[in-house]
Order: sequence, then C-alpha cells, then structure tokens
Amino acid sequence: MSKSRRSSIDDRKFRIGTGVFASIVLLIVIGIGFELTRQSLLSIQKFGFAFWKGTTWDPVAGEFGALPFIWGTLYSAILALLLSTPIALGIAIYISELCPRMLRQPLTYLTELLAAIPSIVYGLWGVFVLVPIVRKLELATPDALKAIPLFKGPPLGVGMLAAALILAVMVIPFSSSVAREILKNVPAAQREAAYALGATRWEAIKVAMSYGKTGVIGAVMLGFGRALGETMAVTMVIGNSPQVSTSLYAPQYTMAAVIANEFTEAADELYLHALIEIGLLLFIITIGVNAISRLLIWSMKKRVTTRVSSAPLLEAEPA
Amino acid sequence: MTITMDERRIPMTARTQEKPMTKSTRAKISVRNFEFYYGAAKVIHNISLDIPSEQVTALIGPSGCGKSTFLRSINRMNDIIPDARAEGSIEIDGKDVFGSGTDTVELRRRVGMVFQKSNPFPKSIFDNIAYGLRIGGMRNKRELHEVVEKSLVRAALWDEVKDRLQSSALSLSGGQQQRLCIARALAVNPDILLMDEPASALDPIATAKIEELIYELKDRYTIVIVTHNMQQAARVSDRTAFFMLGKLIEYGETKEIFMNPKEKMTEDYVTGRFG
Amino acid sequence: MNANARRRKIISRIAETLCAAAVVIALIPLALILFYVIKEGVGALNLAFFTQMPKPVGEPGGGMANAIVGTLILIGIAALFAVPIGCICGIHLAEYPVSKFSSVVRFAADVLNGVPSIVVGIFAYGLVVLPVKRFSAIAGGFALGLLMIPIVVRTTEELLRLVPPGLREGALALGATRTRAVFSVILPAALPGILTGILVALARVAGETAPLLFTAFNNRFFSTNIAQPIASLTVQVFTYAISPYEDWHRQAWAGAFLLVMIILSLSMLARFAVRGLEKMNRP
Repeated sequence: MSKSRRSSIDDRKFRIGTGVFASIVLLIVIGIGFELTRQSLLSIQKFGFAFWKGTTWDPVAGEFGALPFIWGTLYSAILALLLSTPIALGIAIYISELCPRMLRQPLTYLTELLAAIPSIVYGLWGVFVLVPIVRKLELATPDALKAIPLFKGPPLGVGMLAAALILAVMVIPFSSSVAREILKNVPAAQREAAYALGATRWEAIKVAMSYGKTGVIGAVMLGFGRALGETMAVTMVIGNSPQVSTSLYAPQYTMAAVIANEFTEAADELYLHALIEIGLLLFIITIGVNAISRLLIWSMKKRVTTRVSSAPLLEAEPA
Repeated sequence: MTITMDERRIPMTARTQEKPMTKSTRAKISVRNFEFYYGAAKVIHNISLDIPSEQVTALIGPSGCGKSTFLRSINRMNDIIPDARAEGSIEIDGKDVFGSGTDTVELRRRVGMVFQKSNPFPKSIFDNIAYGLRIGGMRNKRELHEVVEKSLVRAALWDEVKDRLQSSALSLSGGQQQRLCIARALAVNPDILLMDEPASALDPIATAKIEELIYELKDRYTIVIVTHNMQQAARVSDRTAFFMLGKLIEYGETKEIFMNPKEKMTEDYVTGRFG
Repeated sequence: MNANARRRKIISRIAETLCAAAVVIALIPLALILFYVIKEGVGALNLAFFTQMPKPVGEPGGGMANAIVGTLILIGIAALFAVPIGCICGIHLAEYPVSKFSSVVRFAADVLNGVPSIVVGIFAYGLVVLPVKRFSAIAGGFALGLLMIPIVVRTTEELLRLVPPGLREGALALGATRTRAVFSVILPAALPGILTGILVALARVAGETAPLLFTAFNNRFFSTNIAQPIASLTVQVFTYAISPYEDWHRQAWAGAFLLVMIILSLSMLARFAVRGLEKMNRP
C-alpha cells in the first residue's frame, strides 16, 4: 500500500474515531432534552398548559400548579441582575480602563475567586450570616415603607431579598469577566478618536462601551442565565414557600429549589414527573438565554476582528 | 536665538529658524528644546521650530524617526501612553501646552487630529460629526444640523452623503471615511489640524482628493501633516521639516528643502538615496 | 465653554470613583464569606472530623471522614468519564475547526456548559439511577463528569490550536500519520495546559451539590462501593446546615472550610504545578 493511501485511510479513521467522541457530547445534550421530556410525560399529558398557570402546589392533594416557581425564578434572577449589573460593569471598566497596571492581575484574580466559591458555601454563609442581617434590616423598616407591597410581609430574614442579594454576588464575576474581555478588544483607535475630539476619560470610556454594547449585553445575559439555574444558595435562603408575591420580604420558591428539595420525597410517579417537567422548562429557558447571550458575544467578536487597529496600545490616562 | 545640538554633524543653524514667515508675524506653534522619552529611551532629541499659522507644514523622514510622536505631543495625545514623558515646551499662541494651566480637553478641541487609519464611530454619519459638538454641550437640533453640514462641506463630503446622513459611517468607502474623520475634527472648530499620514491607507484617487482638501483647508487652519510620501509633502506643504532618529535635521520652505537642501542627509533622503 | 468643560471633568471623576467603588463593593462579600468560613471552620476542625463517621441524629461529635473520601471518589469517577470524552472531542474540534459538524458540537458543548447542574442531575437520575432503582456513586460521578466535559473540551481545543503549526508540519514531514502526529507530538506539547483545564474542571465539580442530591444521594456509613449511595462533602454540609442541631452547624462550617481549601488547592495546583511542567518541557 502506498504511503499516501495509508495515510488517507488513517486520516479517515482518525476523523471518524475522534468524531465519535465529539458526537457523544452532542448526544448528551440531545439526550438531556429527550430524557427530561420522556420523564415528564405523565405530568405533561395530565395537566397540559394549566400546569404553568396554576398557583397551587399541593402534591399531597395532587394539585400541581407551577406558576409560583416560574415567578420566583424570574423575579429573583431579574432582581439579581438589577443589583449586579452596575457593579459588574463598574468592575470591568475599572480593571480594563482605569486601574494602575500593577493592580490588574490581583483584582482580576480576586473577582474570579468569587466564582470559585461553591454554591453550598454561599448558601451556608447566607443562612447563618446574611439572613440574620436581612432580618434585622426588615425589622428596622419604617412603617411607612411597610405599606408598599414591595416591603409587605413578616420580617423573617429568609425570602426574596436574601435570595436576590446572594444571587447578585454570585453572578457578578460572570458578567464582569466577559464584559472585561469585550472592553479589552475594543480597538484603541476608537478611544483615541474620542480623546482627540476633547473627550474626558469617562466620555472616552462611554465610546468604548457603546462600541462594545452588543457584547456587554451578552455578558449581562450570561449572568442572567447563571442566576436562573442557581440552586443551593437560593434554596437555603429563599424560604421555599410556593407563593407568587411581589414582596421582597416574602418567602418564595424557585424551579431549581423545588426540584432539589422535593425530588427525593416524591412519593408517586406523577409527583416526580411534575418536578421533572419543571426541570424541562428550566432546561429550555436556560438554553434560550445562553444561546442569545453567546450569539451577541460572538457577533461582537466578529466585528472587532474584522477591523485592524494601527494605533499604539493605549492604557489608562494618568492626568 | 541659537539652538545647539549635541550632534556635531548636524548643527541647527539660526538661519533655518529665522526664515521669514509669509502669512503672519508670529508662529502659531512654537517648539523649544522639546524632548520625549518612552520610559528610559529618549526618542526625540532637543528639537525647536516655529510653525506658522494658516500654512501646511509637513514632517517627513524615515519610519520611526519620531515625527508621529512629535505630532501627537502637540495635542498631548501621548498623555494616554504610560511611561511617556515630555520635556521642553510647545507653545500654541504663546501658551505652553504642557503648562500647569492647560486644560487638555479644551486643547484637544482647539487642535484637531486625523489618524492614519480612519476611525469613525460605529454610529451614523451625522452622529459621528455631532459627537464633538454634543459633548461640548450643543443640544439644539438646528444648530447641530448647521454645523454638521458646514463641516461636511468643508471636508468636501457633503454632496456625497447629504441624502444619507443617518446611515452608518461604516458604510462609506475608505476615502470617504477619512474625509468624514476630517469633517468630525473640523466640526468643533479647531485652529490647528494635525494629520498623521492621513492618506497612507488610501488608493491614489482618494489620496488625491485628500490632498486637494488639505490645499483648500489651509486658508483657515494651520495644518501639520506627517507623511511618508515625499511627493505628497512636496505637492501639499508650504514648509517641510526633515526628521531623522528623533532629531530635526532641517526645516524650511518646502521648495528649498526639496530643490536646495542644506544638509547632506536631507539631500540623500529627498533624492531617495536611502529609505 | 469653560463651565461645560469643568462640569464634564467633575462627572468624569465621579464616574471613575464609582467604578472603583464597585470593585470595593464586590470584594466586601468575598471578604465576609472567606472570613466566616475561616473563622467558623477552622475552629470546628479537629482530628475527629477527618477520621470519624457522622454520629446518629442529635448526637454531638463525629466527623465527615466518609464524606471526604466520597467526594474524592466522585470526582475520580467524573474525571475517568469526562477526560477521555472531553479531550478527544477537543482534539476533533481542533483538527477540523471549520466543519459544520464541529460547529454544531462546539455549540452543544456551550449549551451543556450553561445547563443548570440540577438538570444534569435529573438526566443522570433517569439514565443511571432509575433503571437499577438505586442511588449510586457511579450516578453521582456520571453527573459530575457531564458537568466537567464542556470545560475539558474547550480547554483542550484552545490549547491544541495554540501549538505552533511547525510542530505538526515537522511530524508529518517525517512520515507520521495524522493519528501519530497528534497523539505523540501535538498533544504532549499542549499537555500542561490541558491538565490545567482538567484541574480547573475538577475544582468546579468538587463543589457541586445539587446533582448529587438524587444520584449519589448520601450515606451515613463509610463506603467505597461505587454501586451504592455515597456521602459527599457538599451534600453533607447541606444536610447539616439545614438541620436544627448546633453541633451539626459547627461541622457544616468545618466542611465548608475544607471544601474551599480543596478547591483553592486544585486551582493553585493548576496554576503553579503545571507551570513547572511547562518549564520542564522546554529545553
């Protein structure tokens, strides 16, 4: 057999061989969707869309209304986003544009440390340190504020507020590190153009942010996706009570939390399928959010690499 | 006013300095003993020259000889680079740009800059030009429109874009983008326009348009242009400064520099005997 | 003009200060968490913690020996499963970067990365627990392995792409087949970085709790039988934390401290030991 023939056979074996392993990854993702659907059929067939509109979750009585979980998940994630985004963006801007060169590495490392702490540790700290603080805060709320629905409810400490706070902290490093990458890749020529027109440092930063805004939005959405799926820290501080409430003080429940708490207690198949159906929705939502976020970030990267910057590398303006 | 250089071979004679100014009696930009360091490396050695107003002054010389660095010092764009240090003085209308009372924001409004590769913002043509005006506080829509139109006319771009001011600046050709950047710089009404190899990334036709534009603009603006292209310098400028290795070798009327250079190095360069 | 410029400068300074403040605000919870974990955790660590099993409900004392071993076993199983699949998948993506198939696989890996760990747990439950109607360490390790795969894939692909093309050309010029070129030349060159990726992935899954809740479940006793339920640091900390017993709370902090230490060590190992490997590789 000639050398080239041998090598092309080998090439083909190589491609197929490694391709099999690659397709395992693909199969896993498809498999998750498939398996989740299969294991929730009982619930899907029995309840249909009413499953998502019902507000009563009473497994003992056979009532499975999952709206409180969707509400809790979205509400907590949106609140977390509102709290974390300004901070995450501020960090990204500071590290990439403003801070002295020496601090860059250590600060980056520290913010990434936030992401390395496991969820259960956040939860533990949340239960024993954050919740008492939140309870004190809730107790100290002036009566005038207590009348607003946002602050109605007994000052338990556990509830939406504690959950939103913990989620916000957990989400910060994700949004911030991607935003930082985006800012780093904005061509220096853009900032130069702004400075040359008499912009202040902040105005030049705004130009860079505006250039990278697609990617920055993607970064923020990535954080949102993370918040949607967070389980342990949330379930330990949110109160685990399936109710739809706008109050920050009210104990509520999220999709991930109810699965974590009740999965092993599910006495009958319908109960289990109902929980898995919730897992299916969580799966679909997080895929959607992450896909949009990746798309935004990818389209940003494409825009930057098609322009070549010839300006010297610019760093923080000292004066 | 004798300036001494440490290089024996390149005496900067007083004669070159005191060539009569054709249009005004005082130099618009007055550079004295200017030196520049990147960290510990000295990249510009003790240069002094006077740049007259409402003329085009070209800075020529081989790559890396400091002409761009010098240009960027005039509007203090080098402030952005860490470890960069300047010594000596650059005076505009008598005021040192490095002086303690200088407001860099105001300085950069008065001294506009156009870069080697055009860098329009990813916004509409209108918003690009209005940017400098808006940060300066102009809000009135009619005023903005007036100034945008005026700037585009001055940059010889108005006719080509007047029907699509809202379309993206990135949809323009390379040459048009560069003229857009010129219009953007003109919008804030500077006195001086610094151009760092403005046509080097453009094709010959676009380059010709830019050169024509420079010729028209010099009636109202003091223009300092860095260029690699000697023919361009000869075509476009009134005065030319020849730099080499961070030193100012010769400076004078363009005609003299090209036809009758006084220094051997200048002669070698302009006749193409070396890079 | 001057008043306007002054106002803009003030705004600029305020904005810059707020950005710096954001950094401080983010570091406060970090400091608080580490402080409490260290303060409460170190105090509760003792020999018993490392050597004893949990005592029956309500009785003080005991330790988490089984949980510590359990976590190590679980991440071991996860690695066994994720490293071959992840690396070879990464090799394929690096060798055929622009094929349609590769784009789809890459997207799938990204999707898998974003799937909440509890959903992955449900999948593992359906695949490994349900058919045999038993919780097991294998199921837990499988779930953790799934979570590791995207990280290993991405790191492997990125690092293989960074290997200078001259290396591959050299190997091919010497008559090596593609398989041999990749496995004997290119892969070893990228190995330090790939190892880093694996250690980082291990650090990530060592801290996972949710997927283990209904796969590996928990085990009061010491067990290394991978076909049986197994204890893990994370699940144990969770169980203790939500219990009403003071002593268990104390031990939960100790467990949390140990967990953070394990994760930090794995990260440090990834950073420094691998750098040492790289230095050895270079002539």
